[in-house]
Amino acid sequence: MGEIMSSEQNEIILAIETSCDETAAAVVKGGKKLLSNVVATQMDIHKKFGGVVPEVASRHHIEQITMVIEQALDEAGMTINEVDAVAVTEGPGLVGALLVGVNAAKALAYAHHKPVIGVHHIAGHIYANRLEKDFEFPLMSLVVSGGHTELIYMEQHGEYEVIGETRDDAAGEAYDKVAKALGLPYPGGPEIDRLAQIGKDTYQFPRSYLEEGSYDFSFSGLKTAVINKLHHLKQKGAEVDTENIATSFQASVIDVLVDKTYQAAIDYGVKQLIIAGGVSANRTLRDRMSERFKDTNIDLMIPPLYLCTDNAAMIGAAASVEYHKQNFASLNLNANPGLTIE
Amino acid sequence: MNVLAIDTSNQPMSVSIIKESTLAAELTVNVKRNHSLQLMPAIDHLFNQTGLQPNQLDKIAIAAGPGSYTGLRIGMTTAKTMAWGLNIPIVSLSSLELLASNLLYDSCLVSPFFDARRGNVYTGLYRVHHGDIDQVEPDQNIDMTSWLEYLKSLGEYVKLISSTEHGFQSMVSEKLGDQGILVGHSLQLPRAGLLGSLAINKEDEDVHGLKPNYHRLVEAEAKWMEQQQKDS
Ligand SMILES: [Zn+2]
Repeated sequence: MGEIMSSEQNEIILAIETSCDETAAAVVKGGKKLLSNVVATQMDIHKKFGGVVPEVASRHHIEQITMVIEQALDEAGMTINEVDAVAVTEGPGLVGALLVGVNAAKALAYAHHKPVIGVHHIAGHIYANRLEKDFEFPLMSLVVSGGHTELIYMEQHGEYEVIGETRDDAAGEAYDKVAKALGLPYPGGPEIDRLAQIGKDTYQFPRSYLEEGSYDFSFSGLKTAVINKLHHLKQKGAEVDTENIATSFQASVIDVLVDKTYQAAIDYGVKQLIIAGGVSANRTLRDRMSERFKDTNIDLMIPPLYLCTDNAAMIGAAASVEYHKQNFASLNLNANPGLTIE
Repeated sequence: MNVLAIDTSNQPMSVSIIKESTLAAELTVNVKRNHSLQLMPAIDHLFNQTGLQPNQLDKIAIAAGPGSYTGLRIGMTTAKTMAWGLNIPIVSLSSLELLASNLLYDSCLVSPFFDARRGNVYTGLYRVHHGDIDQVEPDQNIDMTSWLEYLKSLGEYVKLISSTEHGFQSMVSEKLGDQGILVGHSLQLPRAGLLGSLAINKEDEDVHGLKPNYHRLVEAEAKWMEQQQKDS
């Protein structure tokens, strides 16, 4: 019995992620152990366009896909025959980009009679943390990236309840737009974070908390306030203190993220709080969250930097839960750019 | 030799299995549906019909474009990944050459074309002759008016063949008169059985490096290159 249990818990999943501009593949054992994690980033290619161009991203995924999968298996010291299932990001994301991963996963799985597991990208971001430490339920997740700002409550594995989300721009999107207005290079988020360490919160931009008791977010008002301030300064011929603008903008975003997340974690009585997604690489966000949760008995989990940005390891970790539920996709699995998590 | 052949370059989807070097099963579907949903079930159907298993394949053949970007991506990703996964050779053929090959046993000039919107086509020029095919003009993206004027200037009879819907019927008869004709009666649809047969004697390609031939830059890339030229 014990032996069967342990072999069942140690399934090997080959995971593929191509939802945006990273072509990624990974091998994950039992949902918790990372055997390999390969990410081919297109960052430099999209830099010259000032943002991700979907058609360019899709074309590059096709050129990378088999090499990345091969490398992931090689680094794990495995052949495809030793894999128990192939997992892939089904959505959300760029449709042309998702299509490459989905069709690669189906073709590989079909050729070797393996099941396919379709994974929600955000579930992946949350489960990136399980590669570090096991979950304790109930838990709350703040997912912050270029496309998402969501508070997700979980009572058990594989069950997601979105209790709050952005009503307009995602936090990462606001970072990118403000960075663009400041003339900073793409990607703007890390650059703003860097400048914000130097400046002071002198501009006191608005903090949008929305109506009482809401866990939703809104960042477009803040973005507009920053852009208007820049126009105003320029009109007056006044000097723009880029560092202070960055600090003031970031302070406003992070105040709201920390306050709302803290409130949600308390209200729902969670044992763990997970910060996930690309923006969780932000130093100030990490520091402020640690400070706020320090005196609570809520266990704060923030993934290491390499698991914050898009990768396939997180898709393999999330797929493990579906593997044990035998939640397998059929041959007509498709890319679903607007997939919901609930 | 057992070959799986795939063409999803445009609205028609055609897949086939060549078993012991003879066409054993072919499926062509010409309706507006999503290739990403249809392709694997169609391949599965062919394996069931032929009694073959994927690991009995010796080769995979893919129509590599030009065509619809999405269609090309689905077919190419599937073909590449399956060939790599099974560790068997992959060969590709121009989607236009495949279509021109429908007339392989004629003896004439063939201009296959796909609608590329805004008056443009993806096209090329081939000469078929009793089972052989040679390329006369490379595959390209060009406006149909100039292309038809070029064909007219050749002073030779040419058969035009298109697997996509297009609005060029009257333009073809106006420009070419009795120097050309549009092929119909379902002979204008791509056939993966033909692709598989042609693939038997084609040389293997590098599976990792293989990508669709779009014959058109992404707009952002074209603009960027234009800007670079202006700056220098
Ligand atoms: Zn992401």
